[in-house]
Amino acid sequence: MAAALAAVLGTGQTKHTSKRTDVSMAGLCREAIDRALADAQVGWDEVDAVVLGKAPDLFEGVMMPELVLADAIGATGKPLLRVHTAGSVGGSTGVVAASLVQAGVHRRVLAVAFEKQSESNAMWALSIAVPFSMPVNAGAGGYFAPHVRSYIRRSGAPDHIGAMVAVKDRRNGARNPYAHLHQPDITLESVLSSTMLWDPIRYDETCPSSDGACAVLIGDEAAADAALADGRQPAWIRGTVMRTEPTVAVGRNHANPQAGRDAAAALWAKAGITDPLAEIDVAEIYVPFSWFEPMWLENLGFVPAGEGWKLTESGGTELGGRLPVNPSGGVLSSNPIGASGLLRFAEAAMQVMGRAGDHQVSDARTALGHAYGGGSQFFAMWVVGSEKPGVRR
Amino acid sequence: MSGFPEVAVVGFGQSPQVRETTGTTNGVEMLVPVFQRLLADTGLSRREVGFWCSGSSDYLAGRAFSFVTAVDAIGALPPIAESHVEGDAAWALYEAWLKIRMGEADTALVYGFGKSSAGDLRRVLALQLDPYLVAPLWPDSVSIAALQARVGIEAGLWSEKEMAEVAARSRADGATNPHAQLREPLDPAGLLDTPYLADPLRAHDCAPITDGAAAIVLAAGHRAAELCERPAWITGLEHRVDSPVLGARDLGRAPSAGAAAAAAGTDGVQVAELATPFTSQELLLRRELGLADDVAVNPSGGPLCGNPMFAGGLVRIGEAAARVMSGQAGKVLAHASNGPLLQQNLICVMEGR
Repeated sequence: MAAALAAVLGTGQTKHTSKRTDVSMAGLCREAIDRALADAQVGWDEVDAVVLGKAPDLFEGVMMPELVLADAIGATGKPLLRVHTAGSVGGSTGVVAASLVQAGVHRRVLAVAFEKQSESNAMWALSIAVPFSMPVNAGAGGYFAPHVRSYIRRSGAPDHIGAMVAVKDRRNGARNPYAHLHQPDITLESVLSSTMLWDPIRYDETCPSSDGACAVLIGDEAAADAALADGRQPAWIRGTVMRTEPTVAVGRNHANPQAGRDAAAALWAKAGITDPLAEIDVAEIYVPFSWFEPMWLENLGFVPAGEGWKLTESGGTELGGRLPVNPSGGVLSSNPIGASGLLRFAEAAMQVMGRAGDHQVSDARTALGHAYGGGSQFFAMWVVGSEKPGVRR
Repeated sequence: MSGFPEVAVVGFGQSPQVRETTGTTNGVEMLVPVFQRLLADTGLSRREVGFWCSGSSDYLAGRAFSFVTAVDAIGALPPIAESHVEGDAAWALYEAWLKIRMGEADTALVYGFGKSSAGDLRRVLALQLDPYLVAPLWPDSVSIAALQARVGIEAGLWSEKEMAEVAARSRADGATNPHAQLREPLDPAGLLDTPYLADPLRAHDCAPITDGAAAIVLAAGHRAAELCERPAWITGLEHRVDSPVLGARDLGRAPSAGAAAAAAGTDGVQVAELATPFTSQELLLRRELGLADDVAVNPSGGPLCGNPMFAGGLVRIGEAAARVMSGQAGKVLAHASNGPLLQQNLICVMEGR
């Protein structure tokens, strides 16, 4: 049975920043939504359903905030779905919204994801108390640092690779008007002299805490055809995938998780991609700590295990490189947690729609959006392209 | 629906509904025996399940990521295709239904779990309200349900006597449900002489506080018949949400439930399992859904005999489907709800063939 075609018609996001005290959660979401609807040239009355994603409710202190946001996000009287799959949730929100169209249920679906970290304290919310886990109280960085050390030991990567990623992503972020951090003058030396937080992760190799939202309008084949006929390039969804594995299991590979490898393999197959490094023009990958760029390049199958750092070191992941990674500045430049995955998905779409502004990759026709969450155990990804898929699965 | 496969419920399992389960504060331990029995009943192996989807709430357990440990109840190696909704697992069933319709999976296992005993449920649910203007007043869930019951009484939509009759009927039915938390019948005669819990609600008008878990197996057309002798085919699955502003809503109504039911198609329904934790809400919903007088409402005893949060709506779908699968009913309706005072509503209509 073939899924129906679906495409991104428009995207919108807020200017990400550490504290948006001038707006409520509703106002934050609405900024992103209004921009997405304007970009898609779709009116409220044409939106059939709304999917809202965000990370744990403890991040804002509101239980199931989609309920209280129903009016502001235009869901009242319509179907409203709430997704929560840890840090991958923004990606999952895009996947679920796409599935509403691909399953033939709706014609136009609004996906919106947000985090307003200033309402609460993510570091606290992420430090799970006993009896659920060891009382480390070190947040996500403390959790992932041992995985990074393991990666460095296994791959023999030189110490400065992480800093190279940070320099690239922050300089890219300086070209993105919506990015939280604008650091055009950052250098390898300045990153390497920043404070060590969780060895080997330094302060400048860490994502910021951001308030922000992202919205994506997904339409069916007829809606996308109409947009194209009207001169607006849609981003055709060529494949979506979600995979999950346990946080802890004997023999589990934390630095190169099987769920990520399986997800990528399934995604490339769905999208008809046999050589991802050659066929993907730009990738927006969830890199909250610098070293995850080379780790995910391997996990996604762009390069063999142990080789990811070499692509980074060669400059291949810079704008203008062989595979530009995170031209938007990525999670290292903005991290409204629940929205970060949908931002990766939206930025991938913006690239193939030719609407990425100063961080546009020239001639980008096929792009990857990627998100992960939990203890590197939840994965959500999509491939979007400028060309309409000719043969349905 | 042409071009997309039909989807059916082919199996249902649930834990005992209890006041307080043992185990950790998210109650995920309740799932393991439910999965084991359900997979054994359907003859499906864990690795054959094409998609997993769950519903739960972090605030019930009082911790972030409470659904993550539920993955350990599955045994998710090799990795699985999986997702989670923050809310009743009936919406997880909706997401799984999408995946089957679009051809991503031909079977799905949907589950929900909630350990209400981990906190003070009435106060926890107050955190679903407007965080800037309403929640700081801590209006608890029973008190706002009382406001709704009062609205209906004043408008002549229902009476305390009719509410007591709902309670007595539910508890009589619950006596036959081996999973129910409350199985003692009520004496209808003295009910209106009992004290108010929150005027006009008395204890019998309110669902008990329940820990519990449930799971359902869905299958696409070609697989359903292999897994179940008489699948419960989903002929309508719709959900809608109403405004969260309690002062802007007519609290005697639930328009989103009515709209979902109209879209799902309720003609010929013989049984309705309704996620109504207050007697007044059953009376409200009967009217909103336009159910005929001869429709049997909550023959399982319903939420008034056991109300496992975030699994409750899935239990309603399972209980209704079970009546089709057993041959007791031809066409059934199940309802699920999220949020205060029936704000968000899902209707699932199923039939046997």
